[in-house]
Amino acid sequence: MTDQKQTPAAPEHLPDPTPRRDFLRLGLTALAGVAAVEAGAISIGFFLPRLNEGEFGSVFKCGAVDKFPNGSVTPFNEGRFYLVRTQEGGFLALYRKCTHLGCAVPWDQAKKQFICPCHASVFDQTGAVLNAPAPRPLDLFAVTIANNQVQVDTSRAISRDRFDQTQVVYP
Amino acid sequence: MNTPNNSQPPLWQRVWRSAVREPFTGDRRSRLRLVMNNLILHLHPAQVPARTLRFTYTWGLGGLAALLVVILGATGMLLETAYTPSPDKAYTSILALSTRIWFGQFVRNVHHWSGNLMVIVVALHLLRVFFTGAFRTPREFNWLVGITLLLLTVVANFTGYLLPWDQLAYWAITVGSSIIVYVPFVGTGLSNILLGGPEIGPATLLNFYALHISIIPIAIFGLMSLHFWRVRKDGGLSLPRGVDEPPVSKDENVLTVADLVRPEIIWAIVALAAIALWSALVNAPLEALANPDASPNPAKAAWYFMGIQELLLHFHPLVGAIVVPLLGLLGLAALPYIDSDMNSVGIYFRSRRGRWLALFSVAVGTWLTALYIVLDEFLIDWVGWLPGIPTLLSNGVLPLILLLLGIIGYYDGIRAGFRATKCEAGLSVFMLVFTGFVVLTLVGVFFRGAGMKLMFPWEIIPTH
Repeated sequence: MTDQKQTPAAPEHLPDPTPRRDFLRLGLTALAGVAAVEAGAISIGFFLPRLNEGEFGSVFKCGAVDKFPNGSVTPFNEGRFYLVRTQEGGFLALYRKCTHLGCAVPWDQAKKQFICPCHASVFDQTGAVLNAPAPRPLDLFAVTIANNQVQVDTSRAISRDRFDQTQVVYP
Repeated sequence: MNTPNNSQPPLWQRVWRSAVREPFTGDRRSRLRLVMNNLILHLHPAQVPARTLRFTYTWGLGGLAALLVVILGATGMLLETAYTPSPDKAYTSILALSTRIWFGQFVRNVHHWSGNLMVIVVALHLLRVFFTGAFRTPREFNWLVGITLLLLTVVANFTGYLLPWDQLAYWAITVGSSIIVYVPFVGTGLSNILLGGPEIGPATLLNFYALHISIIPIAIFGLMSLHFWRVRKDGGLSLPRGVDEPPVSKDENVLTVADLVRPEIIWAIVALAAIALWSALVNAPLEALANPDASPNPAKAAWYFMGIQELLLHFHPLVGAIVVPLLGLLGLAALPYIDSDMNSVGIYFRSRRGRWLALFSVAVGTWLTALYIVLDEFLIDWVGWLPGIPTLLSNGVLPLILLLLGIIGYYDGIRAGFRATKCEAGLSVFMLVFTGFVVLTLVGVFFRGAGMKLMFPWEIIPTH
């Protein structure tokens, strides 16, 4: 090793100092690495999202089932979702954030479509893509119906590749 | 008061002497010492080769970028004192700048326009260094530092964009930050950390504010110091050369004070006056208060991201927003390590053939990009032509492979058809790709109307 060349030759009765130096250098490097990891973990942890109760991210009570006629789309702006009732009477909660680049997708009542103003993605009433560039259907929020009351949990958006009947919740 | 020692100079002189050790007498030695002993002037060497002072070689772009950093720092510190980073107060504090604070609108205008100008100036500075081959040995590393500074400039602009909390800011940042979600595996997590949640909210504004006023400026300041220091350590600027001139190794030196410092000060004053005049006449944009319920139509990102947003209309998001820009950036970073022909350092566009090829490539790049955009709008439909195949392949990987093959073909074509050297062919590819990016940006900014449909600028109805 080059280190040995630079170090003056140790007297013969003493052990070679190199292993100890290597050990100390390794130890210091490891400690510096641990310190770097700690600093990084603290910074990332500090930046982790902090959600507030009662805002978007909590459970929304939408009201009685009968309030929503078949084939209707009702926006819930605070919850950032549309409550869709299909022709067959089932419920879907669609996250209004476009799966392409995050714009708020408005419902076009005349065309019965969601048309994104940003990049012209089009979705049908179930959130399925009718027109790219959106890469997948609108995300869902979990719908629960208890005692004839509809509730939507906005804490987690559920992404899906396509629409199928199992996603619809019936009263 | 009597001092016991009559030989001591008066107190004010002793204070002055303690700060400035050597009086400036104006002779040669004194000029040299002034540069060496002054913190700011010390960024320069004491003498510089006469020919590097040619304005038409550097166009003063690096110095202009540094001036803009100073202007942005000064106006930014003023604005900090008038701004509250919370969704219910941010917009009103921006309004107060124009109604209640002396020179508030003017200071905001100077900050806004200087920030936008800086993106352009830093990009032009990069082009200048590329065109003159100045990134080659021993300046490869400083090229990398420069690219990082360019990225930081864009991030500084991007984080500042949100702060007014108007419709423009809210939706441009929504679109811009949604691009991050397409990063494989960690995209959603990264976006959540940056935004402080799934959507733009109070946490986002605070995060962006902290990034904008402390984290990024400190990073820029540190890297700028490194950038300047490396210019000196790498032997100063590359020497300019006429296209038929033999290589120059040495040149007559002139004194930095005042042959370099004087034109720098004049140029800085002219630039400052121009920015002040522009800011006195043109207000920074401010739209209605941000409304998370209503995206404007069309919703566009900040202009420096419109090239990428335009790519998103033509490619699958993973390819358009992540792979293509990343490949471009990697190519840019790799340039000094793959294009190392030392024979053309200092000559604009490498050679006479290089100049012609650069012009040719700009023309080809303009036509091909415009043609593809129009064809893609009305004819090309990868997803429809290849049904049943995932859109990532049909609308992403396939066109990407065609694009890369096209670029390789162009390189080989230039090499064979025009007997270009590797260095000239590399320049041609750079011009082709860069022109493509500029055309994409221009189309995105000026030729996209409601629903991002292709139309002429005069057909677009302004939404505000």
